[in-house]
Amino acid sequence: MIAGIVIGVVVVILLIILWATYNSLVRLRNQVKNAWAQIDVQLKRRHDLIPNLIETVRGYMKHERETLEAVTNARNLAQKAVGGGVGAQSKAEGELSGALSRLLAVVENYPDLKANQNFLALQEELTSTENKISFSRQFYNDSVLKYNNKTQMFPSNVIAGMTGFRASEFFEVEVAAEREAPKVSFS
Amino acid sequence: MWEQIRANQIRSVILVVAMGALLLLIGYFLGVALFHSIIAGLVIALVIWLVMSLFAFFQGDSILLALSRARKIKRDDHPRLYNIVEEMKIASGLEKMPDIYIIDDPAMNAFATGRSPERASVAVTSGLLQRLNRDELQGVIGHEIAHIKNRDVLLMAMCGVLLGTIVIIAFFATRMLFFGAVFGGRRSSSAGGGQAQLIILAIGIAFMILAPIFAYLIYFSISRKREYLADATSALYTRYPEGLASALEKLGGSKAELKSANKATAPMYIINPFRKKGRAAADLTSTHPPISERIRILRSMAGGAAFADYENAYRQVHKGGKGVISPASVASVGAVGLRAAEPEAARREPEPSKVERTREVSDLMWKLNDYKTINCACGTKLKVPPKFKSGQVRCPHCGRVHSI
Repeated sequence: MIAGIVIGVVVVILLIILWATYNSLVRLRNQVKNAWAQIDVQLKRRHDLIPNLIETVRGYMKHERETLEAVTNARNLAQKAVGGGVGAQSKAEGELSGALSRLLAVVENYPDLKANQNFLALQEELTSTENKISFSRQFYNDSVLKYNNKTQMFPSNVIAGMTGFRASEFFEVEVAAEREAPKVSFS
Repeated sequence: MWEQIRANQIRSVILVVAMGALLLLIGYFLGVALFHSIIAGLVIALVIWLVMSLFAFFQGDSILLALSRARKIKRDDHPRLYNIVEEMKIASGLEKMPDIYIIDDPAMNAFATGRSPERASVAVTSGLLQRLNRDELQGVIGHEIAHIKNRDVLLMAMCGVLLGTIVIIAFFATRMLFFGAVFGGRRSSSAGGGQAQLIILAIGIAFMILAPIFAYLIYFSISRKREYLADATSALYTRYPEGLASALEKLGGSKAELKSANKATAPMYIINPFRKKGRAAADLTSTHPPISERIRILRSMAGGAAFADYENAYRQVHKGGKGVISPASVASVGAVGLRAAEPEAARREPEPSKVERTREVSDLMWKLNDYKTINCACGTKLKVPPKFKSGQVRCPHCGRVHSI
């Protein structure tokens, strides 16, 4: 009789733990998905802004054809990489960030452009979008870290293994272009 | 809701419980001393508390925003501010974009309000908007979003209600007890055992006087802890403690006092609107930690932007001792690097200068007050008041006539 009660209590406790762990795994996985969607929104916003930017800038920057083309190409490549997995996409977006920062650095040489209201508004949008991309990446990576810890640490890893939760990939920027500081020439 | 607050800081919860206990005690003494029924005293205390809580919960944010004469703005009114709030919303993982308000006041300050992250607002003064650059503004908004995310707004509102209830009951009870003792001595003498009654009465009066003071001290202590936590969280979001540090420096240096703040709303702001120069460092009766100390801690965060780095910096500034952030929160954040200091001229786009910012904000304030702006070809901006009846206006500089 007593043994039966003890076993019953243990089973109930185990079920509660199982239930709570499973729910927290689901919550974390959804957070990761949600964070990824956030990055996607911002990346798309950047892709949409670039043609506008090129259009505005072109008239002023007669001698920067290469820089402008590099941005357009990087943007097209990045747009192709959409949906091609976290790794490919983060690489392409890294290239685009690099190309853009080179363009914005060159802008310093064009005082007329810097006085253009249209360009200033675009520049604010672009800077903010860059910030939003890095903040959403930051939040995504934090979420992935929490989720991966949960799926890999004992005892939740047992439940994660049984119910098919797999570790997620980080969004890393492993492109030389973004890490090196852009050069500014004052010639 | 409680998990959030508890995970962030268990000490805050203990202090809230202490305040609740204080409220029950004051109800108890009220019952014993005035109504000869403990239940009656407790019921009165709880009813006052409940009514005030409901009011604060459902109407608190609207009242606060109305009291500070804050105006709600849309994205197009000030894109940079909107973008910065959105950036911090993304960094914090908030699900809903908070409403943004502007207070037309040259003093530099900001606050967050709203009972839950789903219904939150951030308000900044126009003075703040004028004088802070992008990084500094980001630090301040990060601090406010941290208050929303850490549920400080609700916590402080609840504590404020507890405090208010205790103060109100103590105020009326001491007066009633005093006049009761002077004019109505008959009741207690007929009951017999007057000695014991008198002692309880004396304890009751002493307690009624002391309780509000204790409640204030607890309230201030919670408020200061949450400020440190919000600073640490802002550094974590922006990965750039220097932004908030330099903003606080500007805020601390400004002498203008916020017109629309009062004592009850003071803990809501990023810095105490009533601060005095040269106040003692660790003052028990202050809603906020001293600004200079907050700056020193932020600037000592050399290793990274995680809570652990803030904790180390705090210990460094305080020469050891207990930290401010609960070990559970410190453990919840992994190692986090600082944002690389960018070469000023390169990626950071040229900021609008101080003059441009001032113009931007003053244009916004005109617009919020329903003035129409007409750009004349000679470079003059004409501001037409909303009550202007005539359909045309002449530019005072060049004489061109514009239709409205």
